[in-house]
Amino acid sequence: MTSTVTADPRVGKSDSGGGRGTGGARRRLPRIPDRIRNGGLPYLLLLPAVLLELLVHLIPMIVGIVMSFRQLTQFFISNWGNAPWTGLDNYSIAVDFDAPIGEALLHSFFVTCVFTFFAVGLSWLFGVAAAIMLQESFKGRGVLRAIFLVPYALPVYAAVITWAFMFQRDNGLVNHVLHDQLGLTDQPSFWLIGDNSFYALLIVSVWKGWPFALLILMAGLQNIPRELYEAASIDGAGIWQQIRKITLPSLRPVNQVLVLVLFLWTFNDFNTPFVLFGRAAPKNADLISLHIYQSSFVTWNFGTGSAMSVLLLLFLLLVTAVYLLVTSRKKKGSGV
Amino acid sequence: MRNIRAAAAATLAISIAAGVTGCGGGSDSGGGSNESPKTLTYWASNQGPSVEADKKILTPELKKFEEQTGIKVKLEVVPWSDLLNRILAATTSGQGPDVLNIGNTWSASLQASGALLPWDTKNFDAIGGRDRFVESAVASAGAEGQDPAAVPLYSLAYALYYNKKMFADAGIATPPKTWDELVADGKKLSKDGKWGLGAEGGNLSNNIHQVFVLGKQHGADFFDSSGKPTFTSDGAVAAVKQYVDFMANDKIIAPGNAEYAQNQSLTDFAKGRTGMVLWQAAATTFAAQGMTPDDWGVAPVPVPSGAPGQDKQTNSMVAGINIAVFKNTKNIDGAKKFVKFMTSDEEQKLLNKTYGAIPPVKAAQQDAAFGVNDLAVLRDTLSTSAAPLPQVPNESQFETAVGTAVKDLWADAAAGKPVTTETVKAALEKAQQTMGQ
Repeated sequence: MTSTVTADPRVGKSDSGGGRGTGGARRRLPRIPDRIRNGGLPYLLLLPAVLLELLVHLIPMIVGIVMSFRQLTQFFISNWGNAPWTGLDNYSIAVDFDAPIGEALLHSFFVTCVFTFFAVGLSWLFGVAAAIMLQESFKGRGVLRAIFLVPYALPVYAAVITWAFMFQRDNGLVNHVLHDQLGLTDQPSFWLIGDNSFYALLIVSVWKGWPFALLILMAGLQNIPRELYEAASIDGAGIWQQIRKITLPSLRPVNQVLVLVLFLWTFNDFNTPFVLFGRAAPKNADLISLHIYQSSFVTWNFGTGSAMSVLLLLFLLLVTAVYLLVTSRKKKGSGV
Repeated sequence: MRNIRAAAAATLAISIAAGVTGCGGGSDSGGGSNESPKTLTYWASNQGPSVEADKKILTPELKKFEEQTGIKVKLEVVPWSDLLNRILAATTSGQGPDVLNIGNTWSASLQASGALLPWDTKNFDAIGGRDRFVESAVASAGAEGQDPAAVPLYSLAYALYYNKKMFADAGIATPPKTWDELVADGKKLSKDGKWGLGAEGGNLSNNIHQVFVLGKQHGADFFDSSGKPTFTSDGAVAAVKQYVDFMANDKIIAPGNAEYAQNQSLTDFAKGRTGMVLWQAAATTFAAQGMTPDDWGVAPVPVPSGAPGQDKQTNSMVAGINIAVFKNTKNIDGAKKFVKFMTSDEEQKLLNKTYGAIPPVKAAQQDAAFGVNDLAVLRDTLSTSAAPLPQVPNESQFETAVGTAVKDLWADAAAGKPVTTETVKAALEKAQQTMGQ
């Protein structure tokens, strides 16, 4: 690759040292001005990543945006380039909250917001608690750490389908324990349909998400100097004070990224509800990604589905921008 | 540093959202070619008790085809629950198999996509002619007035399967012929942790099949003659309510059935926990679950009164599996040869016997094996009292909208919430409105 040759620092050195190169190619190299060679190197190194990003994410996204302006139904899916333009029709269908499609989208949006709030909050809380607990050295710490990370390491499908079995009303483990063994419920509860489906989804999502928080937070904790704790304990600070005054503020930059990533993953989670409930989720657990999937793929209305996706994208970009703005301001103010 | 982090986060946000937004590629499909004449890919729907069992059944047949033609067939058995999504993705991307199975209720929807090879006279002649097939089966392979989008492969209808021992223990001499009798028998069976009837409340397609037939019996269809949805007609509402009432009101279906979607009701039946199920060709599944053919009996699905027949006496949808060819196949001749092989008299007899289905090929249907036990009932139902589901392009939307409405009503019934004519009508009203947009 030409870029590799150009970027080779040894080549640069030999050239600037008087042009003693033997091959024709080497002799031609000095003609590339140093300014470009030095300035362009980082960009050349980034090029493969940028190309891949373009191919894997940006182009499909642009295609998705184009689709959202077209009437893309079963009549056009095999040749979707020819689907007729409909302007903003798909968007007006998606945001007409008085009509069933818009109303269902809004409902699903609210369900997703509440779900994300609790799922991210709980995942973070468990992550922090476990990370702090695992910070001290004790016997069996390594084993415990490995066990905690198991949900993160398991393939999502296998893990969630196992949960789906456990949540079955008549043969599932959850009811077996809650109802048969502990007698906590009058009769076996439904988890995969009806009102409880929200809790079933939340439990699986937190179970799946918190080890990631743990992993990131454990790494973050490594960077806090032990001396701070020693000094604090000499000054008489208790464990809670140490956590509040040292641990949490020191983890702020880590948390900033962690919460954002957890938020985006959870808000967009498709695998968990799909494996748990199939293609039609119960109303209480109708997360927006599955809802959009259903609008596009199950009812064959890709145009409206794409419009919904674009709206979701705009929402997530907006939240991310506001979040970054707020957190970076805080950082400036606090002087960390 | 902060800028980089912000940019990284923004890129991440875009990437994740793009995952939702991107819907794959597209392709022009102007008809197949013969670039790879020696290979074919075949997506078979899961017909038997498991994907593995299907592989075992089909592999020797594919070998036979290879010996005859020199064409190697790569088989993939796709579970029923994934099949439509897989076909849809293949249609959108243009990267599909050469030959595939489709459910005949999807025929009109898939036909509208234009991705499947139309079976005009010329193509039918290549496999022995259209008149080799039972006409009602061909009619359910696409919209009226158009060339079918597929060729019928296995034909099926619904029947009432009942557990002989449970019936004898409850003092029931003959299987029910009407719904009133079924409810009465169901009540006799529903005791000591056992239940009268099984259902698959979480299975959208199954919900549709059942309420479609009940709708016919109430003199209603879910679409009018111009293809406009009529989900809220009195007959349609009564049909859905009657079905869900088996649990909500008559209490002959176990509440747990509301979440069933993986054929658990068949397992319950095989284990003697449920006395009756309404199913299409369940014999192989029962055998796989340890039942012998003597354990169960089979009767036509009940009707309101009298004997099964046309219209209000309809007691099954025309069910079945069709075989289709992706229009952009790289081996069009081979694909047609394969369809010819699969619909040959010999293969039809063999495969339909194995799967407990009825051959849509007239000559094969005459085999004595299809005149006994459940197959006789299925064959009679198909020829005299079954009706095809509406062959409209938005059939898939109908299945999702109404199937989900029924699924939600099952959930209400299971939770002890009231299921009234008003709640049923409201649910169907909502389903209908999503069709209009």
